[in-house]
Amino acid sequence: MEEKILDVRGLTVCFQTAKGTIRPVDDVSLTVPRGSIVGIVGESGCGKSMTARAVMGLVRYPGKVTGGSVLLDGREISALPERERRKLRGSEISMIFQEPMTSLNPVMRVGRQVEEAVLLHTDCTREEAKARVLEIFREVEIPEPEARYDCYPHQLSGGLRQRVLIAMAAVCRPKLLIADEPTTALDVTVEAQILSLLERLRDAGVSVLLISHNLGVIARVCDYVFVMYAGRIVEQAGTEALFERPRHPYTRGLFRAVASLREGGDALETIPGVVPNLLHLPAGCSFSLRCASCRSDCERRLPALAETEPGHKVRCFLAGEGGAR
Amino acid sequence: MSEILLEARELTKEFPAAGGKRVHAVSGVSLHIYRNETLSLVGESGCGKSTLGRLMIRTMQPTSGEVLFRGQSVTAMREREFKPLRKELQLIFQDPYASLDPRMTVRDLISEPLETWRLCESREAVTARVQELLRAVGLPEEFLYRYPHQFSGGQRQRIGIARAIAANPAFIVCDEPVSALDVSVQNQILNLLKELKASRGLTFLFISHDLSVVRYLSDRVCVMFLGKLCEIGPTEEVYRHPRHPYTRFLLDAVPVPNPSQRGKERRLLKGEPPSPADPPSGCRFRTRCPFATERCAGEEPALRDFGGVQVACHRAESVQTEA
Repeated sequence: MEEKILDVRGLTVCFQTAKGTIRPVDDVSLTVPRGSIVGIVGESGCGKSMTARAVMGLVRYPGKVTGGSVLLDGREISALPERERRKLRGSEISMIFQEPMTSLNPVMRVGRQVEEAVLLHTDCTREEAKARVLEIFREVEIPEPEARYDCYPHQLSGGLRQRVLIAMAAVCRPKLLIADEPTTALDVTVEAQILSLLERLRDAGVSVLLISHNLGVIARVCDYVFVMYAGRIVEQAGTEALFERPRHPYTRGLFRAVASLREGGDALETIPGVVPNLLHLPAGCSFSLRCASCRSDCERRLPALAETEPGHKVRCFLAGEGGAR
Repeated sequence: MSEILLEARELTKEFPAAGGKRVHAVSGVSLHIYRNETLSLVGESGCGKSTLGRLMIRTMQPTSGEVLFRGQSVTAMREREFKPLRKELQLIFQDPYASLDPRMTVRDLISEPLETWRLCESREAVTARVQELLRAVGLPEEFLYRYPHQFSGGQRQRIGIARAIAANPAFIVCDEPVSALDVSVQNQILNLLKELKASRGLTFLFISHDLSVVRYLSDRVCVMFLGKLCEIGPTEEVYRHPRHPYTRFLLDAVPVPNPSQRGKERRLLKGEPPSPADPPSGCRFRTRCPFATERCAGEEPALRDFGGVQVACHRAESVQTEA
């Protein structure tokens, strides 16, 4: 078994709302082996971003992490006081967000913004810090780094802004980089560039947790994938195994929806119905309302995440018997 | 399918920008759209596809050039002359959260166009028509008196579609109608659009940056780069044999949901896109094009015909063989 850079066990996040308590992240366990890119895939509201925030310790009120542990390189970080966690963020674990415009300070030169991270986490002098910023700008292939250093965010294209954010996240050589939909706001040709940049960071020793709704992106760069639905992990497997032999009916539905779009034909495959409201989750399997193979058992009991073959786990009663439709 | 419904002639739209510059959003675009076809516009953000869409239905007037609807120039018309045509030319918006007034009920939202053109005799007739439209877009009738916030993104987009088809238009511009939706819901909306096109004889101009959606839905596809047409032709032909280098890069960049293709050598575009306020001379793609020669800088490539596909590239022949 390879070494785990991130080991999350039983992570649960609760939100108290006027109408009751919801659990956008419910008993999520996942690991990121050192030197790999691990993906979390799912649709809006499935809890993938909240999982990332919980790992970072960035869940905001009224949300609360109510259970589970987060081990970063073997060290328990979820119970650390906020001051200690803040030291870790940006140095050992960092995160990039979907919208590169809203994550940058519009009235501060981008070079300075990246430099801030260096000054905060190392005892570099300003000159040394600037040199490191220029070096990371070169590494993430920002053209003319000296000129860009003095630019404001609005002077840069979306792709360049995302590179600046990646530079900011990677400048202190974190052990883990969490990328939350890093290419969703970008054009396909820029997306391809950013993905190959993530691969190069991985090769340089930064492990990556990549969150995406795009199966193409996941297939392109991830080594291992977790599929989330309504706050829970419903399937997890190595990328190849998952794409070749998806077992959970939700995963299959998602794959069929994407595949039918590529294959053409008269009508596209869809998953009937909508994602359930987290306030009114079914007692059993949360996918049971939309599942073609649903049996009475599925509505009453929550299936466990069970291993079907080494490294491949599925949360479905039918997974063992040749699988649901 | 041979009847031309809508035609753009040398359409140009420029916007004033800081420093006395002009942003060339759309530059000299000519194309036609046949009745009951779906023509897709693809290209990256800022290439002018939305602007072109707006120009086609006169929600924006061009700097020069004109748009002909059933052979008649809508660009030259006065507002009063144009008004009856407005109901023929409709628009479906990208963001189903921003495009519906949160204070209006579903009935009010969908009946607005009916009342604007006085298409129904009585209140009862309006309600009946709204119910019929709800059924047509796959929503239950009891949604009549609900508000937008009570719906999911996919359901809202259905309301937007019902609004667009309410006045029985001939032509609808769909501006990124599914890009805010999840895959499973996206397919439901695409199925609906396809079905409406067939049952109501609609013609679509479909604007999207998602190349697989475009391939599924369109009869012809038109690739734009920085305000210019690069390539236009039947969808399958363009996807199977892209002749413009930009089309090739665009198709190559799409991440394929198949991990076994991961090792495949991928051509990535280098550098940054040029600014539409200061486009390169000659071919606008030349600064990023690996095939560019001196001629590309000096002379702007015209659209040339290659067996039904029109391509604006001096080197279209060699791009295909060097591939």
